[in-house]
Amino acid sequence: MEETISFGRRVYAAALRAAMYLAMGLTCALLLGVIGYIFYRGLGHISWELLSTSPSALRGTVGILPNLLNTLYIVVMTLILVLPLGVGAAIYLTEYAANKCLVRVIEFATETLSGIPSIIYGLVGMLFFAEFCRLKSSLLAGALTLVIMTMPTIIRTTQESLKTVPQSYREGALGLGAGKWHMIRTVVLPSSVDGIVTGCILAVGRIVGESAALLYTAGMAHVLMSPVQALLPNNQGATLTVAMYVYAKERGNFDVAFAIAAILLLLTFLINFAANRAGKKLKK
Amino acid sequence: MQKKTGIFAWVERVMRGLFLVCGLAAIGFVLFITGYLIAAGLPAIREIGLIPFLTGSVWASTAAEPQYGILPFILTSVYGTFGAIVIGVPVGLLTAIFLGKMAPPKVRGLLRPAVDLLAGIPSVVYGLVGMMVLVPFVREAFGLPDGANLFSAIIVLAVMILPTVISVSETALQAVPREYEEASLALGATKIETVFKVTVPAASSGIATAVVMGIGRAVGEAMAIMMVSGNVANMPGLFTSVRFLTTAVASEMSYSSGLQRQALFSIALVLFGFIMVINLVLNALLKKNRK
Repeated sequence: MEETISFGRRVYAAALRAAMYLAMGLTCALLLGVIGYIFYRGLGHISWELLSTSPSALRGTVGILPNLLNTLYIVVMTLILVLPLGVGAAIYLTEYAANKCLVRVIEFATETLSGIPSIIYGLVGMLFFAEFCRLKSSLLAGALTLVIMTMPTIIRTTQESLKTVPQSYREGALGLGAGKWHMIRTVVLPSSVDGIVTGCILAVGRIVGESAALLYTAGMAHVLMSPVQALLPNNQGATLTVAMYVYAKERGNFDVAFAIAAILLLLTFLINFAANRAGKKLKK
Repeated sequence: MQKKTGIFAWVERVMRGLFLVCGLAAIGFVLFITGYLIAAGLPAIREIGLIPFLTGSVWASTAAEPQYGILPFILTSVYGTFGAIVIGVPVGLLTAIFLGKMAPPKVRGLLRPAVDLLAGIPSVVYGLVGMMVLVPFVREAFGLPDGANLFSAIIVLAVMILPTVISVSETALQAVPREYEEASLALGATKIETVFKVTVPAASSGIATAVVMGIGRAVGEAMAIMMVSGNVANMPGLFTSVRFLTTAVASEMSYSSGLQRQALFSIALVLFGFIMVINLVLNALLKKNRK
């Protein structure tokens, strides 16, 4: 067989194959290089002291506990607000909407939202939540901004999993005399929980990695806050990503920056692993 | 048929209304952001004048006689995105072809999560690595006084669009019907010829989608390139420090006031215009794919 293929065709194949291996190798090298370098520079600087203290000029400590907590607060606040909103929108789209035109407009809006760059969210969030609503730079303003930003993710994944719920389940419930909401609550939602969880994990990933939208909405402070304080306006707080940016770009403290980067990478691993797991469960 | 009475029917109606409100919220947010940006961005444009604003080549917002020309930012964003696409798309597409069509299932199972991981790394982390590794490297390699320039930004952007290009075009390649490939193989084409001359053209609109999504990501990226582009409002050159539309907004926002601040909103409005055009193209492509 092989010798019937002309020399030119074999060269063509070999060249393309080489190009593919080169591209694949480059991608892998990039990934390993970035991860390896961050861990090499950062893991050594992660210590209990770093994780458990707040920065203090008096004691000379540089801790990131406030930033860890701020990230957690923002994730929780955003999810609490975006979940009902996003799941509700997805339910409307797949279960209720009879008007094709309206569905198309909502879907177009969702796609548009997911294409808007985070710096624009940051700007509008600053103008509206922080200034117009007088929340000032605060975790609350940041979380509200992120609600708009993560809504498309939640809508899309929920919609996908709602579509996988067999039509016969719905017919069965309705046939037994359940109302539409009753049917959704007892039959449709429980069978699409995996998709909603996947959406949440993806949203968490986006929130943890976000920086441009938070810089001017949630602020750059490194003060320890209780959960109650986190809810109040005017309480600034930098999340991990924002703190990393501040340490690297404005303070030149690269040890801490790399330590935070390593923590962010570990979180990314965790989130990707969880999303993968949930996604696989969804497919079954 | 169904006898819905009293509180039961009332709950049904309320829930229906609530879900409708959630759906409408998505539309509301888009209209709100658009409206707010236009309202915030127009005053400065009106004061400076649309033509001088868009075509002025000098941005000196803090000078005694401030000048607000954003042509440097627009060109930088265009060149930067173009450069990222030129580097990122071939690498991404070839990787996607390898992953989707040539790799053994085991290798694929290992590499696919790796690509997702690349997508999940926060942009500031890319910025940090770029700042600490790439910028000094560019400085040494090209003998420059400063390595933070458009070239470094293009490299970082190319890396950042890679996962988008790979995963979207791989999905498109997988969606090509097997019969196309089988027909080509039966006619005597080799595996590689089949993939490149049959599968890739058949998936072209999906690949175009991947490219447009890559463009969207590159145009909108702010924090990573802020750390590697030098952040000076020069007209773009490959080895000059530059400022993008996104970084122009981000870098002056904290201390701006008055007309300068309003001009930043106008820059955001221009950026938003770019993104909306990209979104419309993307939407048209997605519709075409579904057919």
